[in-house]
Amino acid sequence: MADFFFHTTPGQLLLIVLETLAVLVPLLLGVAYLTLAERKVMAAMQLRKGPNVNGPFGVLQAFADAIKMLTKETVIPSGANRMLFLFAPFLTFSLAMVAWAVIPTGNGLAIANINVGVLYLLAISSLGVYGILIAGWASNSKYAFLGGLRSAAQMVSYEVSIGLVIVSVLLAVGSLNLNDIVLAQRNVWFCLPMFPMFIVFFISALAETNRAPFDLPEGESELVAGFFVEYSALAFGLFFLGEYANMFLMSGMVSILFLGGWLPPLGIAPFTWIPGPLWLIAKILFCLFVFIWVRATFPRYRYDQLMRLGWKVFLPFSLAWMVLSAGFLMVTGLLPGGAG
Amino acid sequence: MMTQIVFYVFAAVLVLSATMVVCARNPVHSVLFLILAFFNAAGLFLIAGAEFLAMTLVIVYVGAVAVLFLFVVMMLDVNFAQMREGVQRYAPIGGVVGGVLLVELIMAFTHWRVASNIGQIRHLVPSSPERTNTAALGDVLYTHYIFLFQSCALVLLVAMIGAIVLTLRDRPTGRRQDIDRQHDRTPADSLEMLQVPLGAGVAAQGGFLRPHTSYDVASVPGSYGTEAWREQGEEEETQTALVIIPPAAGTKGQDDA
Repeated sequence: MADFFFHTTPGQLLLIVLETLAVLVPLLLGVAYLTLAERKVMAAMQLRKGPNVNGPFGVLQAFADAIKMLTKETVIPSGANRMLFLFAPFLTFSLAMVAWAVIPTGNGLAIANINVGVLYLLAISSLGVYGILIAGWASNSKYAFLGGLRSAAQMVSYEVSIGLVIVSVLLAVGSLNLNDIVLAQRNVWFCLPMFPMFIVFFISALAETNRAPFDLPEGESELVAGFFVEYSALAFGLFFLGEYANMFLMSGMVSILFLGGWLPPLGIAPFTWIPGPLWLIAKILFCLFVFIWVRATFPRYRYDQLMRLGWKVFLPFSLAWMVLSAGFLMVTGLLPGGAG
Repeated sequence: MMTQIVFYVFAAVLVLSATMVVCARNPVHSVLFLILAFFNAAGLFLIAGAEFLAMTLVIVYVGAVAVLFLFVVMMLDVNFAQMREGVQRYAPIGGVVGGVLLVELIMAFTHWRVASNIGQIRHLVPSSPERTNTAALGDVLYTHYIFLFQSCALVLLVAMIGAIVLTLRDRPTGRRQDIDRQHDRTPADSLEMLQVPLGAGVAAQGGFLRPHTSYDVASVPGSYGTEAWREQGEEEETQTALVIIPPAAGTKGQDDA
């Protein structure tokens, strides 16, 4: 059996398919239930009940929503660029999925354990802007277009600080491999020594996923619904799922870069009994809870405030921190890698 | 075998999409084909084992440069009829430039040979197979080519500052949020209670709830947003008068106010 999977071509291909399914099926289920969890958690924070009709505690609400979306009519506005209009949601959704190929759920447990894993994640997350930009343009609607433009500016701005935060983490690790990044946190998770960067990264992740309080590309109050105002049915559903899958991805990145990935908080008995993937899932769920918590708490930023925060606060701060941590590691001799 | 098939797929799509960049009628489609071309180039880098270059290509060109490209092209108001007229006028010049480039390329490729001093740059090759090519690139860039690398960075910095200097204009009508000023404001220096006779409305105030100065920004010296205002703001807090008229002011409410 093992021989079939590891040493024959069809077996290896089948193994890749199975590995992919093992990641995607829980992910998609998680995405479906995140939409429900968001409504439930926000309802609890606002002293409401949230969805409670379909099934016990409303647990079937996610499926009810899915069936509703599948059976609705897809409306393509006249004057829209038909092909790009339909391509945009698929792009957004599939990009949120392919990034999971490199996320390690245990020591060496990733579909692709590549040397430049962090760069791959950065590349994929920087592509997310295209789905939104194309959707905004192809809709042939001014609200959608404005939403798309806002999003392009926003995501490019916050990517800069995300990049610099990742560089400071990489300085302490000495490798671009996600597996190595987690293993480097065996003694202490990076969220403690790099606490300010952890916060900057988390806030940038909010902006990168277009979540409240940075959900200006959608901006209901001024742009109706922003870039996906013209979308309906399955196409809208794909955008919706893509956005939530991106939240999962960003939470995964936070967990791996700062919260020690699959590692337990302490390497002693009761913690080590729980398997690694469960720790990673727990950390991702914690981050997602904070995403929702933030949404229920803060009002939306004004656009110039958003840009000010990104360029005038986060960029100089993360740059300064990067130089500072490089200097600190150099002086204390903790800099990994060494001369090659 | 597998690698060769993948190579030809990437190469074919790359050449096709590069052609479509030039041929596509719609400039937005051109940019999207350009992105596809970048992607396939990144794929070719991956096949060659240059994983760092592949990822950098995607992050820098697709993730940042092409986004701004698309951003600008989408906002352009392109007249397609006008563009087609232009094609006939500029075709000869374009043809000459293309022809010269083609001849140069042919000359370059027919005289292609490996440098005789190849042995001297052997140190650029990663010392061991365990050394990842990111680390190997760093070994070379930050040691033998550190000055060239830094000068590249300086050139980019100059270009960036130049772009900012050329485009950053301080428009007199532009309004800017000054958070410190906002926090320093108190009701005492920003509110003024006026007594308006009943039924006369704001006509008695000259038709404005606020003084004229706060409306016509550019023309009045010392008003909000002008150069004089900024200088004044540094020395002392200007009195921007916001007048709140309570309902039925001037009759019975004046004592309460």
